[in-house]
Amino acid sequence: MAKPAVLTHPESLKRPAGPSEYAKHPVNAALSKKEKVALYTKMARIRHFEQRCIRVYQQGKIGGFLHLYVGQEAVAAGTISLLGKHDHLITGYRDHGHALMVGMGMNECMAELTGKVTGCSQGKGGSMHYFAPDKNYWGGHGIVGGQAPLGTGLAYAVKYMGLKGSCLAYMGDGAVNQGAVHEAYNLAALWDLPVIFVVENNGYSMGTSQERSTAHPGCLAKRAEGYGMDWDVINGHDVYEVRAKTSEALKRAHEESRPTVLEIFTYRYYGHSMADPDKTYRDKEEIKEYREQKDPVFLFEKELLAEKVLTPEQVQAINEAAMAEADEAAAFADASPDPTVADITKHIYWEEDNRGPQTTSRGTIIFE
Amino acid sequence: MPVISYREALRAAMREELQRDEKVVLMGEEVAQFNGAYKVTEGLLKEFGPKRVVDTPISEAGFIGLGIGASMLGIRPVMELMFWSFSYVAFDQIVNNAGNIRYMSGGLINCPIVIRGPANGGTNVGATHSHTPEAILASHPGIKVVCPATPYDAKGLMKAAIRDNDPVYVMENTILYNDKGEVPDEDYIVPLGVADVKRTGTDLTIVAHGRAVITSLKAAEILEQEHGVSVEVVDLRSIRPLDEETVLASVRKTHRVLLVEENKPFCGVDAQVAYLIQSKAFDELDAPIHRVSSIDAPQIYCKRLEDQQLPNPARVVAEALKVLA
Ligand SMILES: Cc1ncc(C[n+]2csc(CCOP(=O)(O)OP(=O)(O)O)c2C)c(N)n1
Ligand SMILES: [Mg+2]
Repeated sequence: MAKPAVLTHPESLKRPAGPSEYAKHPVNAALSKKEKVALYTKMARIRHFEQRCIRVYQQGKIGGFLHLYVGQEAVAAGTISLLGKHDHLITGYRDHGHALMVGMGMNECMAELTGKVTGCSQGKGGSMHYFAPDKNYWGGHGIVGGQAPLGTGLAYAVKYMGLKGSCLAYMGDGAVNQGAVHEAYNLAALWDLPVIFVVENNGYSMGTSQERSTAHPGCLAKRAEGYGMDWDVINGHDVYEVRAKTSEALKRAHEESRPTVLEIFTYRYYGHSMADPDKTYRDKEEIKEYREQKDPVFLFEKELLAEKVLTPEQVQAINEAAMAEADEAAAFADASPDPTVADITKHIYWEEDNRGPQTTSRGTIIFE
Repeated sequence: MPVISYREALRAAMREELQRDEKVVLMGEEVAQFNGAYKVTEGLLKEFGPKRVVDTPISEAGFIGLGIGASMLGIRPVMELMFWSFSYVAFDQIVNNAGNIRYMSGGLINCPIVIRGPANGGTNVGATHSHTPEAILASHPGIKVVCPATPYDAKGLMKAAIRDNDPVYVMENTILYNDKGEVPDEDYIVPLGVADVKRTGTDLTIVAHGRAVITSLKAAEILEQEHGVSVEVVDLRSIRPLDEETVLASVRKTHRVLLVEENKPFCGVDAQVAYLIQSKAFDELDAPIHRVSSIDAPQIYCKRLEDQQLPNPARVVAEALKVLA
């Protein structure tokens, strides 16, 4: 197999993790103390929510697939913390971090995982299919790469309506090999759409390392050049760097209506999903190194302690509160009812759910 | 006779065919180094090496299309889809290319490709991952579709599929992978297009395929024990070609029919079977044909409800009693 000549990694990733070089970038310098604490709190909440999910899964209350975001928090946190009223987002099935970042509640998220009617999709979507259109969050998509054209279409709609906005379309390092992604890239560049393709490169697609899945002279983001798009590579362990570089892509989207591909280097600590024993395709040592030296939540915590934005006591309080909130979400999910059999055939057609004088079609539409 | 699992039976079929014919190549996501997302191909990379057992990127349209192209030149690819649900991103290749090339070339070219993988609901993974496209695909002339329900049939149909000179799509079921059954060590095939009477009876014929066969057998037992009804269960095994005669023979015997499948009701496999029965055995029927399919909605995530959405023994028994009333 052809090996890439040089890997284009972000400069900061080539050095041991230290204080962020991007702390003084205008988007970060502009953050108030309170905003920094809020950002840290959100990252801690994602971490604790998902760790609570593991226990709920182990208790047998969550079935199917559960893809955890633990280790990747700075990607969702950094990018989403920059978004304004007309900025939208869409992602794949590893969607819990994005959900909490846009402001979805732990309760509705946990209840969805256990299939309860109080879940964000009323128990119909599950872990891979969270949605909150009221928060500009368009899912949660189970088919690898399928969301890339949708994100491009959301950006098209924003532009069509004359709004100064964008859409962030997230995908994994494996998804870049789906045809739909390439077609979306071409459309975005051809039509000058304000979409930002965010490749969350965690090094693996299931048990396949990125090198084994992808022909890439340098890095995945560089594929943008083939379409005349701008691109950048980002250290996804540093939330300040994520914010700094994403803000430039957002500016390009807002002011020039041009797309960007951002490749954010990150790492997942757990298996691909809870069903993956994670024993064969990577070293335990590798996981340990990331956990101990590049943990995005811990690095930001250190940063904020050094900046004297946080005290150790506050850190503890924030984490305890997040854990308590996750416990409450688990209790809420337990106490919630299932959907009913009659619910199975609801939410299929807008028209069936909104029968009235304005609806016009006739005939059988749900069959026995 | 050795008792092995459905998964092992599929693997045995592929191993034997890899040994028999150098043109056979296995391909798919995670099939080699990871030993298969569902471990169906476990050990085959080790045994046959990376030329015969190949990991692909997540590019279904690309690698399935590549397999079809290679088959045109005589390679016999056996392509794994991690789920048949993912075939939808490769639909053009699967339907338009594999299904039409022989016809459009006036018989000059054929595509001896096998595409296989699980196609089932019931695993709590939501709508995008729970499709059962056997009826959709079988509605295209040029394509063959089989749905094994037991380890014996899994091995025999897989071997027949690999030796077949047309595109054959094998729909497996993750819930059946651990089911055990007697499977001969030696070489055998289950020819495509031959149904199997999995249980004989006299009062009612149930026609099913895939896991619905297992569900129907459980229901038949309950009907016998609790209602004193003798039920015959016909397992289609193959959707296209379809064994019309075995279905009709059973209808002539019992005169009452219930069709069970895990598809959604609209134009399911049962629609074709119901048409067949009324057109060729109308006078044999003592009651209208009934059916049990999945409740007509995208697959619900909630497991407790998904178990209701799918045909289950209770739903089959209730509907059978209506046919018998
Ligand atoms: C079209 C399609 N093919 C295969 C799958 C099965 N699958 C789900 S996730 C995944 C790996 C994706 O890896 P990557 O894009 O790197 O994202 P990550 O899981 O690392 O976040 C695969 C093969 C799928 N969901 N959809
Ligand atoms: Mg990945």
